[in-house]
Amino acid sequence: MINIIWGGLLIIGISFGFLSGKGDVINSEILSSSKAALKMILEILPILVLWMGLMKIAEDSGILNNIANFLSKPLKKLFPSLPLGHKSLGLIASNVAVNMLGLGNAATPFGLKAMEEMQKLNNQKDTASDAMITFLVLNTAGVTIIPTTVIALRILHKSNDPTAIILPTIFATILASFFGLLIDFFIRKRRKK
Amino acid sequence: MSFSQIILPLIVLLIIIFGIKRKVNIYDSFIDGAKEGLITTFKIFPSMLAMVFAVNIFLKSGFIEFLFSFLKNPAISKIIAMAFLRPISGSATLVMLNDILSLFGPDSFVGNVASVMQGCTDTTFYIITLYFGSVGIKKIRHALFSGLFADFIGIIASILIVYLFFS
Repeated sequence: MINIIWGGLLIIGISFGFLSGKGDVINSEILSSSKAALKMILEILPILVLWMGLMKIAEDSGILNNIANFLSKPLKKLFPSLPLGHKSLGLIASNVAVNMLGLGNAATPFGLKAMEEMQKLNNQKDTASDAMITFLVLNTAGVTIIPTTVIALRILHKSNDPTAIILPTIFATILASFFGLLIDFFIRKRRKK
Repeated sequence: MSFSQIILPLIVLLIIIFGIKRKVNIYDSFIDGAKEGLITTFKIFPSMLAMVFAVNIFLKSGFIEFLFSFLKNPAISKIIAMAFLRPISGSATLVMLNDILSLFGPDSFVGNVASVMQGCTDTTFYIITLYFGSVGIKKIRHALFSGLFADFIGIIASILIVYLFFS
């Protein structure tokens, strides 16, 4: 799957670029895209290092386990393959909570740590587990309550009501998450049969 | 100070206080965790570079613009192009949103739809690369399909909900 998409993007991009006479743009993009990736990783690096440090304190003090125990029962419905009270449930809960507050950057380290814990329970190390996919769906639906970047842009463009989109965004997010989780649930059921 | 500005300092404060209360060597723990963060970053880099490489070349080729150039209405073709870009590139959609807001106004129908669309979906490709890349997963099974399905519902929902809310 990933082979087709990755290859497809490159083949379409390069051949269409040539056909539309943008060969020079594609040429310089090949050279500059690796630098763009480096810039991205350098933006993430300090945040990851800082938050993984803080999270380790939370883990060693046992708060993470407390959160996991507290939220185990409701989350267990979404993640039936994770054992009750498992560390990953606490991390998933923290990731979703921080994401909801619109602090996407701070949420990423929790998400990565959750993946690490789920990978420990995974039998086939090169294949995504059911729990990982459910977690991913929850993340791609972008559970945000306060879309800070969008509000900032609307203020910049002199909107009469910059925050008017908050409620519609929450409704749309709920719908996207609900249907995303629903399809994930049905696919999982069908595979089990 | 707004609510979202209080929350991060509060989380840090709570982590430190609980750490001391439960007799953790907070400094040593922090350094251990930070080292793990460094290792994770290195693990992510190859998959991130692979994704940025392919996505940037695809975007620069102008294929998306070409695909929707048959739509004569500029507002509709912009919003559809944005919907297509949303799961592929976060920064590209932010540029599109900015364009739409300045061309059609933030309080127009398309302006509102674009704003809601930006908030209710996320860059699925990026999240898949980042999360699966960090633990070395190659076979992603139905992850991409389910993720894109959630994005699709989010996009349809933004149009319908804005229509119901603002008219």
